[in-house]
Amino acid sequence: MATLFRLTICILMLWTGNAYCQSEMVPIKGSTYTPLYGRDSLQVSVSDFFMDVYPVTNQAYLEFVKEHPKWKKSQVKRIFADENYLSAWETDTSIGKSQSLQSPVTHISWFAANDYCACQGKRLPSIDEWEYVAMANESLADARRTEAYNAYILSWYEKPQTFRNEVGSTFKNYWQVYDLHGLVWEWTYDFNSVLISGESRKDVDKDSNLFCGSAAVGATDLMNYAAFMRYAIRGSLKANNNMKNLGFRCVKDKIPPK
Amino acid sequence: MTKLRFIPIGILFFLASSMLLVSCDGDKKAVKKNPTKIETTGTIAAELTAPPHVPAPVGARGAKNIKLEMVIIEKEGTMTDGVKYVYWTFGGSVPGSFIRTRVGDEVEFTLSNHADNKLPHNIDLHAVTGPGGGATSSFVAPGYSKTFSFKTLNPGLYVYHCATAPVGMHIANGMYGLILVEPEGGLPKVDKEYYIMQGDFYTKGSTGEPGLQPFDMQKAVDEDADYVVFNGSVDALTGDNAITASVGETVRLFVGNGGPNLVSSFHVIGEIFDKVYIEGGSTINEDVQTTLIPAGGAAIVEFKVDVPGTFILVDHSIFRAFNKGALGMLNVTGEEYKKVYSGVIQEGIYHPEGGTIQNMPDGKAASTEAPKAMSLAEKMEAGKNIYSRTCLACHQASGEGIANAFPPLANSDYLNEDVNRAIDIVLNGKSGEITVNGTKYNSIMTRQTLTNEEVASVLTYVYNSWGNNKSEVSPADVAKIRGAVH
Repeated sequence: MATLFRLTICILMLWTGNAYCQSEMVPIKGSTYTPLYGRDSLQVSVSDFFMDVYPVTNQAYLEFVKEHPKWKKSQVKRIFADENYLSAWETDTSIGKSQSLQSPVTHISWFAANDYCACQGKRLPSIDEWEYVAMANESLADARRTEAYNAYILSWYEKPQTFRNEVGSTFKNYWQVYDLHGLVWEWTYDFNSVLISGESRKDVDKDSNLFCGSAAVGATDLMNYAAFMRYAIRGSLKANNNMKNLGFRCVKDKIPPK
Repeated sequence: MTKLRFIPIGILFFLASSMLLVSCDGDKKAVKKNPTKIETTGTIAAELTAPPHVPAPVGARGAKNIKLEMVIIEKEGTMTDGVKYVYWTFGGSVPGSFIRTRVGDEVEFTLSNHADNKLPHNIDLHAVTGPGGGATSSFVAPGYSKTFSFKTLNPGLYVYHCATAPVGMHIANGMYGLILVEPEGGLPKVDKEYYIMQGDFYTKGSTGEPGLQPFDMQKAVDEDADYVVFNGSVDALTGDNAITASVGETVRLFVGNGGPNLVSSFHVIGEIFDKVYIEGGSTINEDVQTTLIPAGGAAIVEFKVDVPGTFILVDHSIFRAFNKGALGMLNVTGEEYKKVYSGVIQEGIYHPEGGTIQNMPDGKAASTEAPKAMSLAEKMEAGKNIYSRTCLACHQASGEGIANAFPPLANSDYLNEDVNRAIDIVLNGKSGEITVNGTKYNSIMTRQTLTNEEVASVLTYVYNSWGNNKSEVSPADVAKIRGAVH
């Protein structure tokens, strides 16, 4: 009986442990597309890959921290994460009552996010990959010209405290991926490859090779301004920064056969 | 011969010009110092104020090091009754905190972006000499702060604003304010100083549509503003929020225009600006009625108030004032000064030629036009058209009126109380204080040149719209009131 009980616990732990660490992923079919803003060529190609369905949750990150004490907030090296790292958590291993375990983990530095993904055998998505999946709405792979799609993103900018919501609380997109818009900002692997200097007006006419759309202020502008903001937020960050509204998810090139 | 004549003239010129030089030096010894060479002594913390207030004048103090901390806050606020808007603010107010410095000050500016905010921001101060006016050095993510420093070189009143992409949107959401750089020795002393800044706003819903209204980029691109307001909202400078002064005082207004799009024709109804520091610079114009303030620009205006009363501040592109909110109030208290302004001396009636429609004998009018009795539906249709061309400008499309100026017709207790009184007001006009839905209004409605049928239709339309009591008014009802002796 006791053995059976222990076995049940063990299986249960394995099962839940697995749920935290190997979160659900879905396949993304690669293609070539024109990014909204901020690349040096007009077209980019994305290969097939797999993406986490949800952003990494508080619960999943808590498990990770327990296994990797160097990422506890009391022990983390400042060059990898500044004072804001996990600052909403009560202690090293408890998030506090004000938050949900199923909310996305925020106050995470790029280094921490990168290491988390690496430990799962995954990696952070590139800007091109992230933007490629994120240009979908519920039914279209590229919904960027849809008014409701842009309106949804823009309305999120005006909604306070969305980081408190739980993962999966926004819409499931064409690729079966949730929460790319409407919950939190997300880290990308190469977030700082887009140079927004902070003087956006200068960026427009100077780095014309960097910004495909820079000469075409007008027709595409309206569509792009929801995206402007993502590039602006990426451009304002350093890799050891941790923001209340910034989480992450991981991707993988292929899933090994089970 | 000619040569000889030239020499004395040359000498004369020389003498004259040297005399001019002497006299110049004599009455103005203020040789303009190179402002970069002004030494600072001591460090103080900057005093920042929310509009309409300004910090204490610099007076005679020397140039100093100033530590300045400003926090960017994205927050929901009220545009007008029932309409909410998410403002992005410097220091929690629209316009942002007023900064007051003098020439030669060295400002250490720390810009913090509140952790609850969604977006990165920065600041471009027009008073800063350097790339981006500080924007390059102050680009800051939520939960972080950036510090940069600058020396104020030119006296004047300057705009600051956010310059993060998309720049227009950041400005349209309220990210602007004023920084004053006073000349050495300070501006001349006045009795009252206030801070006023105009801005245009673009909402998804049309003007007055209730609820939380999101920003509308298309309208902003089209420069089709839903609200043009002073100090961030329709009511920021009216009613209890009006600025005040006493008779005999000199008032100085620091007026800015954040835009993003519209240029302001700033005017105070019933006052003449004694002095205008044109565009906030060093040139002073005198005796000005209306001064133009460009988007991203400012002006300092000064005037002495001689008589008591309410003085209305407007953008004299006047539909903005009465339909979009660009209206503020200055309440002046004190003794009447009848010689300067008498008030009403005598009331009379003036009937211009052609204004005969309302004076036609009712019996005759009825006999020539009345036989066609209109159905309720016909009255509603006709009434709606009459309303649009006659009443809408003041009482607004949905009868909501304009706060503090024109009472609402929607759900109006005053209207529903007495049909005959309503007919009388349409026929004969109304002035003086009335209370509608608990709010006092003191305004004037002119008499309307409408036929009995038209009055009946428009009132029937009003009574059968917007939650009113569905009274139906007939031309005969109107005729009765028109016949009554006043």
